[in-house]
Amino acid sequence: MGEANLAPTSAAGVGARAPETPTAEARPLRVALAGVPNCGKTALFNALTGARQKVANYAGVTVERKEGVATTPNGRKLATLDLPGTYSLRARSPDEAITRDAVLGRLAGEAAPDVIVCVADATSLRVALRLALELKAAGRPMVLALNMIDIATRQGLEIDVEGLSHDLGVPIVATVATRRRGIDVLLTAVEAAAATSPAEPTWREPSGAELRALHREAERLIKSHVKPPKRPDTWTGRLDSVLLHPVGGLVVLFALLFVMFQAVFLAANPLNDVITAGFNWLAAGIGALLPDGLVKSFVCDALISGVGSVLVFLPQILVLFLFIILLEDVGYMARAAFLMDKIMGGAGLHGRAFIPLLSSHACAIPGIMATRVIDQKRDRLTTILVAPLTTCSARIPVYTLIISAFVPDHKLFGWISEQGLVMLGLYAAGIVSALTVAFVIRKVFWRGASEPFLMELPAYKLPDPLNVARLVWQRGEIFLRRAGTIILSMMVIVWALAKIPLPPAGAKGPAIEYSFAGMLGHALQPLLAPIGFNWQMSVALIPGMAAREVAVGALGTVYAVGGGDDSTGVLGHALATHWSLASALAFLAWYVFAPQCASTLGVVKRETNSWKWPAIMFGYMVTLAYIAAFITYRTAVGLGAG
Amino acid sequence: MRRLSEFDLQSGGEPAVEAGAAPLSSGRKGFSGVIVAVQAMRQAGGTAGGLDGAEIERRLIEMGFVEDAPVEIVHEGLIGRDPIAIRLADRTVALRRREARAVLVRPKGALLAAE
Repeated sequence: MGEANLAPTSAAGVGARAPETPTAEARPLRVALAGVPNCGKTALFNALTGARQKVANYAGVTVERKEGVATTPNGRKLATLDLPGTYSLRARSPDEAITRDAVLGRLAGEAAPDVIVCVADATSLRVALRLALELKAAGRPMVLALNMIDIATRQGLEIDVEGLSHDLGVPIVATVATRRRGIDVLLTAVEAAAATSPAEPTWREPSGAELRALHREAERLIKSHVKPPKRPDTWTGRLDSVLLHPVGGLVVLFALLFVMFQAVFLAANPLNDVITAGFNWLAAGIGALLPDGLVKSFVCDALISGVGSVLVFLPQILVLFLFIILLEDVGYMARAAFLMDKIMGGAGLHGRAFIPLLSSHACAIPGIMATRVIDQKRDRLTTILVAPLTTCSARIPVYTLIISAFVPDHKLFGWISEQGLVMLGLYAAGIVSALTVAFVIRKVFWRGASEPFLMELPAYKLPDPLNVARLVWQRGEIFLRRAGTIILSMMVIVWALAKIPLPPAGAKGPAIEYSFAGMLGHALQPLLAPIGFNWQMSVALIPGMAAREVAVGALGTVYAVGGGDDSTGVLGHALATHWSLASALAFLAWYVFAPQCASTLGVVKRETNSWKWPAIMFGYMVTLAYIAAFITYRTAVGLGAG
Repeated sequence: MRRLSEFDLQSGGEPAVEAGAAPLSSGRKGFSGVIVAVQAMRQAGGTAGGLDGAEIERRLIEMGFVEDAPVEIVHEGLIGRDPIAIRLADRTVALRRREARAVLVRPKGALLAAE
C-alpha cells in the first residue's frame, strides 16, 4: 500500500483491502517480459494480452515499445511490457540497452517493473538460466515462465520444477504460450510475486570470469534438476541437412524468394480486381448523387479514387509480410542469414543485415528500424544507407502500374508471368544496387573489419497461425494508417494543385495547364527533360516525396483531370497513350533509386540522431536515380523506343 | 593423433596452447570435440570490428561457448566453408571462422590418444 490513498474509507485501517476500497488496487501492476531471443516471449506476450496491445516507441529512442494489458483470474490488471530479447543485461545494442534499463528501473519516464517475468525455452535452458541469474540481480520480484514445455515433454526432457524453483529462489510456471496453457497460473504467480518486496539492485556488468561463474551455476542447476531429453528433436537436424546445405540451401532460399515474388504478383491480383471494382462502383454510385462541379470532382477524384488506388495494393503487402513473418516464425530467417552471410560479407555487410534488408522489401522504415540488431555502428549505418534501395512495397503500385501499361500480359511456358519477370528484374536491380553501394561504402569509405556474426539457429517449429495473423495484420494496419492519413491528405493537396486556379473562361487547353501543378511541372521539366520525363511525370514526383505510392494517385489525378474526355478511363491506358516506352522505362529506373519517401528520411534522422545521414542518403540516391534514368532513357531512345 | 588430421592445416599458423588443442576455426564439418579455452586475446591482430578480445570472449560465453562444453561442427557455408554452425549442448549457434579462432577445442578422444 505504498500509494497515497486519499479515499475516506481507507481510514478504516491500513491492512484493509476490502473490495469496496479498490483505489489502492486500481493501479495496474507493471510487468516486464524478458528472455533470450527465440524463447517464445512474444507468443507469451500475445497469449497474456490478446488483442489489447499498443505499439509505440520508448521516449527519445526508436526502440519499439510493445505494451498490453493482461488480467489475472482475480481481476487484477497487469500492464505488461514485451522487452527486446537479449542474452545478457550487458546491452550490446540500443534494444538490449532498453531491456537492461527497464529491468533496472533506469529508463527515463518509466518506473521499474513490479514483477519481471523471465521467459525460458524449456528445451534450451542453459542460456535462459544464466540470464535468469543476471535478472535476479536486478532485485525485482521475478517469475520464471518455463515456455514450450509441451515440446520438452515430447522430447522426454524431465524437469524437476519444484527443485529448480527452490534452488533458483524464483517461482516457476510451465507454459505453452501458443496454446494458452499455463497462462492463468502464470498470471496468479505474477500477482503473488508482486506482494514480495523488491531488493536493492546488485547488478553490474559481469566480466568474462563472472559470466563463466554464472554459466557454471546454470550448469549446476541443470545437472541437479533436469534430465536430458530421451528423444531429442531430430527434425531440425534433418531439415537443416537440406536447408543449410552449402549448395542445396541456397537453391531452396532462392526458390523461396522466387515463389514469394510470384505470389506477391499473381496471388494478390484477383483480390486487387475486387477492390478496384468496389471503388469504381463506389465512385460511380456517389458521383451519380452529386451535381457536377468541384464538390463531385473532390469526392470522386480526390477522396474515393485517391484512397482506392492505394488501398488496392494492400493484398500484395499482406502477402509479402505473410511470407516474411512466416519465415521468421518458423525459424528459417536465421538460416537465411547464415546462408547469406558470406555473400553479404562480400558486399561488406553483416549476415544479420539480411533480415533488415529483406524486411525493407516490405518497407524501408521497419527495415531501417530492424538494423538495430546490428551492434556495430558502421555495419549498421551502411545497412541503413542502402536499405531504401531494396524494392519496398510502396514501389509496387508504381511498378505495377507502369508494367501493366507497357509489358504485355503474356505467360511464358504457360505459367510464368512476363510482368512478374519484369518485376523480379526490378527487385534484382534493387538488391544488386544495394549490395554495390554497400560494397563501395565499406571498401572505399569505411575500410575495416565488421561486427562478428554470432547468431543462434533456433529449432524449427510449426508456425503459430494466430501469432502470424496478428503480426501480418499489424503491418497491414500500419500501411493503412499511412494510406489513411499522409496519402489521403496528399491526394487532396494534389487534387487542389491540379484544379486551382480554375482556367480562365473560354480557355482552349486542358484545365490542369492553368493550375499550380501545371506551373510546377513545367518549372521542373527542363531539369527532367534529359531523362525523358514529361511535365505530368514531374508533377507526380512532388507528392511522391511523401510516399512513393502517392505518385500513382497523383498520376491518376493529373491524367484524370488533364485527360479531359477520358477521366473515367483506366490510368494504365492513359499512360500507355501519353508516354513513350523509353519514358516509362526511365520512370521505372528513377523509382529504383530515388529517395521518394520523406518518412524514410525522417526515420533515418531519428535512428542516426543527425540530419547528416538522411542528407547523404538523399544526395546519393537522387544522383543515382538521375544517372540511371538518363542511361535508361537514352539507351531506349537509341534502340527506337522513344 | 589421427583425429587431428580433421583439422585444416592451412590456418594452422597459430600456436596451440595445449597439446591436442586447436582453434575451432580450423575444424571441418563433422568435427566433434570439447572446448578447452575461450580466449580471444590470444589471437594475433585478432580483434574484429574494433571489438576488443575481452568483448568477443564475453559474447562467445553468452552464446554458450564455455570451457568443457561439447561442440560439433554441423554445417559449413558455401564460400570458404564459412560461416560454420556449431552444435553446443542443447542448441545450435552460427559464427564466422574468424571469431571461432577464439575457441580452442580438443577433438573427442584426443586426450586418450595423447596419453
